[in-house]
Amino acid sequence: MPRAGAAKRLRRDGAAIFGLLVLVAALGAAFLAPVLSPGDPVKNDLLGRLSPPMWLDGGDRAHPLGTDTLGRDVLSRLLHGARVSLWIGLTAVMMAAILGVPIGLWTGYRGGWPDDLFMRLGEIQLAFPVLLLGIALLAVLGASLVNLILVLGVSGWITYARIVRGETLSLKERGFVEAARALGAADRYLIFRHILPNVWAPIVVVATFSIARVIIAEASLSFLGLGLPPPAPSWGAMLDEGRNYLTTGWWLALFPGLAILLVVLGINLVGDWLRDLLDPRLERGI
Amino acid sequence: MPRFLLRRLLHTIFVVWGVVTAVFFLVRLTGDPTALLVDPSATQAEIAHMRHLLGLDRPWHVQYVDFLFAMLRGDFGQSIQQRRPAMQLVLEHLWPATVELAVAATVLSTLLAIPLGIAAATHQNRAPDHLSRLASLFLQSMPSFWLGLVLILVFAVQLNGLLPAYGAGTWRHLILPAVTLAAAPLAQNVRLLRAGLLDILPQDYIRTARAKGLPERLILYRHAIWNTAIPFLTVTGLSVGFMLSGAIVIETVFSWPGLGRLIVQAIPGRDFPVIQAGVFVFALIFVLVNLAVDLLYAVVDPRVRLS
Repeated sequence: MPRAGAAKRLRRDGAAIFGLLVLVAALGAAFLAPVLSPGDPVKNDLLGRLSPPMWLDGGDRAHPLGTDTLGRDVLSRLLHGARVSLWIGLTAVMMAAILGVPIGLWTGYRGGWPDDLFMRLGEIQLAFPVLLLGIALLAVLGASLVNLILVLGVSGWITYARIVRGETLSLKERGFVEAARALGAADRYLIFRHILPNVWAPIVVVATFSIARVIIAEASLSFLGLGLPPPAPSWGAMLDEGRNYLTTGWWLALFPGLAILLVVLGINLVGDWLRDLLDPRLERGI
Repeated sequence: MPRFLLRRLLHTIFVVWGVVTAVFFLVRLTGDPTALLVDPSATQAEIAHMRHLLGLDRPWHVQYVDFLFAMLRGDFGQSIQQRRPAMQLVLEHLWPATVELAVAATVLSTLLAIPLGIAAATHQNRAPDHLSRLASLFLQSMPSFWLGLVLILVFAVQLNGLLPAYGAGTWRHLILPAVTLAAAPLAQNVRLLRAGLLDILPQDYIRTARAKGLPERLILYRHAIWNTAIPFLTVTGLSVGFMLSGAIVIETVFSWPGLGRLIVQAIPGRDFPVIQAGVFVFALIFVLVNLAVDLLYAVVDPRVRLS
């Protein structure tokens, strides 16, 4: 009865509800960005630049969160930025899982030289600060949405490969798998019917937390000028633009950061809840 | 023990070699630095001459083998932009600036974690515990560079320059970047210490210590806390990687003259030797710290056999 258990635990866990609400709001903002935006996220209005949020002196109701250095509406850019962040987060994590899970299944099940090869490759990659890898790769490929997703997605494979490999190693020795093998089940059948269904729980938990990590990594790369080329609205790029205007336009650096904080917080809370629900062996609270 | 050490050392060398190789080829894919170095009016012959001087006209595999042998001698070539030995440049930025920052952040995130973790564990499910859980959640969910910007906004802008916003030189310059870098590891350490203590405090030997009439303070600091060291060590090893990555962005935010900022600035300038030397040093630090952590396990917990 996992379904009933999930709803019940969710009701008890106020933090998870808050996390889910934040995520639903962020997804809503992303989908409805063109409808909700009070202005055009990329239209310049140099005469209306650096207008403060509307509750401050000199604020304008047409720009609830003020305008940036080119007079673009900050709220509209934030809403459209949600699209960028969530899209990159979801697609990059999916790509990492699609690469990593089969590698983990294969190396864990078969062992031998492919196992050694991939695990050593993974160790080399893990000795690289992720951000450095991103910087170097984006310098090669050029900064664009597709390349950003590629870099953040491909570099994530090792996380999934390791977890799935470890689970597969222990599962393939378990009684029910041995029994199926003794009955003449083919490897393919064993992997997809008996092993994969038992590794999906940790995959889902790890993938959830990874979305948060990818969003922060994207923001960091954009902050270093390696994200989407301007004028595309990205939270990291908005922070980069805002950091030179801390004295005259503090809202430029404050709001995109708050947006990242809220979304990442929401994902982490939902991740905690999923972890308790799906994979009680993973420890909580660390 | 010697066999373990040997195997770990070989493994370390292998990983560093892999990183160096990856960087060598990756960086060459970014494009030819010759174009940035010659005069815009240079003729083809002058360009070819420059490429020859830089050794970039040779096949990649020749450059690679040369590079490996030179590296074994500690020679990473000349910085293309600054015309000085790349390794010297890297080491100047590593020491003292980046080391200062990383050490300050590590000390801060460890020392502060001890009283906070104890407070959370001894007040389980009461206000201090909830507060620390909330604070950790927030600190781990915000991008570190944003925290840096907010700290600048508060301490340098709103409080009229109470602390300097950027640059280096005095201990006051160190405060904001170190606090920014320490925030996320601190949050993690507090949670880890709390979880460890909650495991240990109900155990018999703690009850015995209490029964002997030892003061609670002594029990916590002398008996309980050392037994949380193993997970603490593992995470510290991993958080070095975080610190190195964090240093890249945070040094940029605070214009801190360290290795992270040097590498970030070398990339658009295609300064291959500096990137290679910098990444090599970063990766070497990372694997060496993790090797040291593995060896320390045996010191902290004699039950762990190195095999």
